[in-house]
Amino acid sequence: MQKLNYPIEMPDDFYQFPDRDGRFGPYGGSYVAETLMAPLAELKQAYQSLRDDPAFQSEMQRDLWHYVGRPSPIYFAERLSRQVGGGRILFKREDLNHTGAHKINNTIGQALLARFMGKTRIIAETGAGQHGVASATVAARMGLQCVVYMGALDMERQAINVYRMKLLGAEVVPVHSGSKTLKDALNEAMRDWVTHVADTFYIIGTVAGPHPYPMMVRDFNAVVGREARRQMLEDYGRLPDVITACIGGGSNAIGLFHAFLNDREVRLVGAEAAGEGIASGHHAASLCAGRPGVLHGNRTYVICDDDGQITETHSISAGLDYPGVGPEHAFLKDTGRAEYVAISDDEALEAFHLLATTEGILPALESSHAVAQAVKLAGELPADGIVLANLSGRGDKDVSTIAALEGISL
Amino acid sequence: MNRIEQRFAKLRESRCTGLIPFVTAGDPLPEYVVTLLHALVKAGADLIELGVPFSDPMADGPVIQHASERALQHKVDMHKVLGWVRTFREQDDTTPIVLMGYLNPIEIYGADFGRDAAACGVDGVLVVDCPIEETAVLQPLREAGLHTILLAAPTTEASRLARIARDARGYLYYVSFAGVTGAKRLQVETIANRVRQLRAQSQAPVAVGFGVRDADGARAIAEFADAVVIGSALVEQLAECQDIASLQACVKRVLAPLHQALSHNNGVAP
Repeated sequence: MQKLNYPIEMPDDFYQFPDRDGRFGPYGGSYVAETLMAPLAELKQAYQSLRDDPAFQSEMQRDLWHYVGRPSPIYFAERLSRQVGGGRILFKREDLNHTGAHKINNTIGQALLARFMGKTRIIAETGAGQHGVASATVAARMGLQCVVYMGALDMERQAINVYRMKLLGAEVVPVHSGSKTLKDALNEAMRDWVTHVADTFYIIGTVAGPHPYPMMVRDFNAVVGREARRQMLEDYGRLPDVITACIGGGSNAIGLFHAFLNDREVRLVGAEAAGEGIASGHHAASLCAGRPGVLHGNRTYVICDDDGQITETHSISAGLDYPGVGPEHAFLKDTGRAEYVAISDDEALEAFHLLATTEGILPALESSHAVAQAVKLAGELPADGIVLANLSGRGDKDVSTIAALEGISL
Repeated sequence: MNRIEQRFAKLRESRCTGLIPFVTAGDPLPEYVVTLLHALVKAGADLIELGVPFSDPMADGPVIQHASERALQHKVDMHKVLGWVRTFREQDDTTPIVLMGYLNPIEIYGADFGRDAAACGVDGVLVVDCPIEETAVLQPLREAGLHTILLAAPTTEASRLARIARDARGYLYYVSFAGVTGAKRLQVETIANRVRQLRAQSQAPVAVGFGVRDADGARAIAEFADAVVIGSALVEQLAECQDIASLQACVKRVLAPLHQALSHNNGVAP
């Protein structure tokens, strides 16, 4: 079988992707059971007709402004920048969104789409619970029934988010198969969808899954980069030298990167989870340490053993703990347009404390990976250089995890 | 003509509907696989679908998911699966074997997969997560002489169905309802209409699977299909078997009534 690996020639225009079959170069596509091809085609058609529909767009815009709280500001972390030295560190404050993360940009879009398609029931998978909460939130907002699939192990680890989803009126279904984590929740949500396609809309939480999900979730999150690019030009009169974001599935990163893809002078750096270190095998760095394969309906980089079995991943941050990654990131990696690095649990924790004490911001553990990378990148820049990092979520949800890690009982 | 075509030709000649059991390779125990395959043939299997375990069996219901998990716990991998087929072939050179599974283990095995599988005596590969839009990646398998079995579903719309019917080789697997394997619904009239359409458009025989649980279900399907697949209902029973003797008895108990029902039905008109 052909090995699809880098390098891929850099295209002139990144906005031609994906092609009509959902491919980003060799990556992406629709690797699903035949039964799902019809609902995916229906979804693709609905999305394509609505993405340019003024009624849909204006309703979405209204919700993003008045419900989510957009636009989110760009914040110059002056004390942090001074302390670590080098260039200026700026944050795109997605942590200030309603529900505390970028995830809601996508769930608002997909739930609206569900309603325009006449679906009455939405389902979602969740790992840490953030996407589940964001889905339950918009379901409540739009009066849709909501079922969230969550690995049984994750439910134990994230009891507060489970309760939060229930408060919002969602049903949370424990998944006991496989490793009982996010990937298994995704499998189970797919099984639900295949069985209830007539009335059910599946809201995937990241830029993975079969076409059109990677494109659609990207488009809904791309508001982050569009705003950021405009804000940079308005407030700083220039684009940043480098932008960075953390990557599990990659939705907040692609959201930030997308508007900058054709600005070749802007470096794009994705920060994956190195967990306890790549060499330890306990990590979730699909792009840095995985290989091209097929998982959850798309061709991308996956973490698997020599028999092709998907292996368990590890990260301090549940939101990055995923053995695949969005196919567009695989493409950006192989074309050389974006660079991907890995940040360890310890580095992320250190960045968490640094941001808390220098700026009074508790970043999500996911976003702490981007903070750590931003600090590294700032060190490579002159004083007038700018690194823009996506502060994709707030850290309130992680307070008890961090306390436990540091041996503090609350 | 490979073994699949030979077998369906023979079934047509004797006016019988084929019986296709599905078992997960390595379940309930790796050391039983070859014995199990021979037992299936002895109990009337016309073709065997051998499931290759995968960590993320997205299209499978709980019964086959659990079988897959048990097999992986017993360290089953693609090399072992191919080895079992090779051993099976030492005594059986006529019963076709089709590997059924997901794409990632096949791709990670490497460029030699098609050649190695064919050399071990595999006749076809059914890749659950590889719809017709993506089958270009399976070309090397076809070049190695394997049939890549295509699926059609109740949700497949007409123009796709025509394309699938045209490209089908070996046989065409019709998924009897929109859901995962092993669900308990069977709406025979609806299935009949779709299968008749498919048979009219395709050179390949049509096998019906997903949801066949007993002889009555099989008999009803046999009115219009070339073969009937029995998967979850068999795998569920096999999981209970503690030793080879009970395994063989179980195969006989589950398959004999189906074989009986199918071999006296005069087949379906070509």
